[in-house]
Amino acid sequence: MNGLLSSSTQQKHSRLDVQRIREDFPILRRLVYGKPLVYLDNAATTQKPRSVIEAMSSYYEHTNANIHRGLHFLSERATEQYEAVRSKITKFLNAGDRCEIVFTRGTTESINLVASSLGRLLLKAGDEVVLTTMEHHSNIVPWQLICSATGAKIRVAPVNDDGELCLDAFERLLNPKTKIVALTHVSNALGTVNPVQQVVRMAKAVHATVVVDGAQAVSHLAVDVQQLGCDFYAFSGHKLFGPTGVGVLWGRAELLDAMPPYQGGGEMIRTVRFESSTWAKIPHKFEAGTPPIAEVIGLGAAVDYVLHVGYAAIAEHESALRDGATRTLSSIPGVRIIGNAHDKAAVISFVLEGVHPHDIGTILDREGIAIRAGHHCAQPLMERFGIAATARASFAFYNTRAEVDALAAGVQKVIEVFS
Amino acid sequence: MKVAPELRELYQEMIVDHGRRPRNFRKIEGASCQAEGFNPLCGDQVKVYLRCTDGRVGDASFEGRGCAISIASASMMTEAVKGKSREEVERMFDAFHRLLTEEHVVPAAELGKLKVFAGVREFPSRVKCAVLAWHTLKAALTGTQETVSTE
Repeated sequence: MNGLLSSSTQQKHSRLDVQRIREDFPILRRLVYGKPLVYLDNAATTQKPRSVIEAMSSYYEHTNANIHRGLHFLSERATEQYEAVRSKITKFLNAGDRCEIVFTRGTTESINLVASSLGRLLLKAGDEVVLTTMEHHSNIVPWQLICSATGAKIRVAPVNDDGELCLDAFERLLNPKTKIVALTHVSNALGTVNPVQQVVRMAKAVHATVVVDGAQAVSHLAVDVQQLGCDFYAFSGHKLFGPTGVGVLWGRAELLDAMPPYQGGGEMIRTVRFESSTWAKIPHKFEAGTPPIAEVIGLGAAVDYVLHVGYAAIAEHESALRDGATRTLSSIPGVRIIGNAHDKAAVISFVLEGVHPHDIGTILDREGIAIRAGHHCAQPLMERFGIAATARASFAFYNTRAEVDALAAGVQKVIEVFS
Repeated sequence: MKVAPELRELYQEMIVDHGRRPRNFRKIEGASCQAEGFNPLCGDQVKVYLRCTDGRVGDASFEGRGCAISIASASMMTEAVKGKSREEVERMFDAFHRLLTEEHVVPAAELGKLKVFAGVREFPSRVKCAVLAWHTLKAALTGTQETVSTE
């Protein structure tokens, strides 16, 4: 894959050779309704490079076996490959130890695991969990479930008109009863990048445990959990150019050690007797049952790919796409961008006067342009802005300036249909 | 710029017009029955109000928010069901549903203007938008208390 970084001036604002990168993603060559696919729904899921697809099929063709329990050749090879990805993720997040990396089915399961297990460890009646208005439903509902089981209460930190977390108001919510703070690193609906380090500093002043939903962050920016200072970090493989069905939960070893198991089953035990059982050490205590082995291996290939492209180059290219899309869309009469955070990922949520986002989505779809239209699983945030839904274009490093222009032309077509 | 013919078929003038200026968009005070519908996938909501006399719909109205298809469908539905008996309304919904979901359907005569929704058939993901108000109307007629959900 050498040569992804190009000195050519074809992509004026970027050091990425985007055309070459696009060749690594087979799906980007396909047509939709006879038109080239313009895939701008990366916040929902990202496309997969050939190396990920091949790593998974190669695993099934040459290595498939269950892990950690077989004495035979294939089982040992499969275990090696699976555990090698754990080491890779440890480095990827700059975690302290590989025992802190738990494989899950995705961000949703990671957060459910923390909410349920950490909640049982820490929460009692009257305690408080602080969330923010911009959370995805999957970082709200698991906390509601554990709060209703323990008698703890949810407090919500507001966002301002630009879609940024109000840090002062957040800090005022904190008190000795605050046991957990859970927030998203990057908002899926608005693209806002939250100042996690500052949030952690404030939360630590009241000794709260901080859980970060990184689902939308990992495809855009390098994550260093030690630098962030949080206690848990969750993300999904499929939003990082890897497969669906696999996610990661990083947690501090001393907390994971103290937490009760989330699910019971094979693999997570040391001894089982009908009277009582004992648990395996972390991370295996939290990996009950046969894990998604091929998916973990696919995730490993995805991490390799992203690191090869490089986060610095990704950031530069995506900033140019974000700024270009913001300028182009804002110049269309009737378009209003929702979320203008100072620190913002390449996610543009917008509304068009007099046209519902679903109608925008349908018309763009016929142009081969895939966007998301709806509430983005963030209904409280939509309510905050007094809207039911937005149209959302979310970019990845394989998107091009030409695709931004296609989006703008598509929006013009929407206006034409409704004129 | 050329707009694809299937889009023109979907967003016909009448649908765009009703979507933009919905008729009977109001609450009926003292309605004899009413119901609420919700599409959890998109957050669209609709409330349907009916005043029925002698087994016929005397007045029908709605309130809510949604896309052009769902608002136009609700608007045109409230116009279409006025004066109809419960059985006639049910037959109309049935014919409407078939128009949207079945291939090669000859639109039933009783659909009248509602035939303009035939274009929705090409957009399976939008059928729910067009039938939300109808499901809600049906719930109002049968006295269902629970919010109607498309999921």
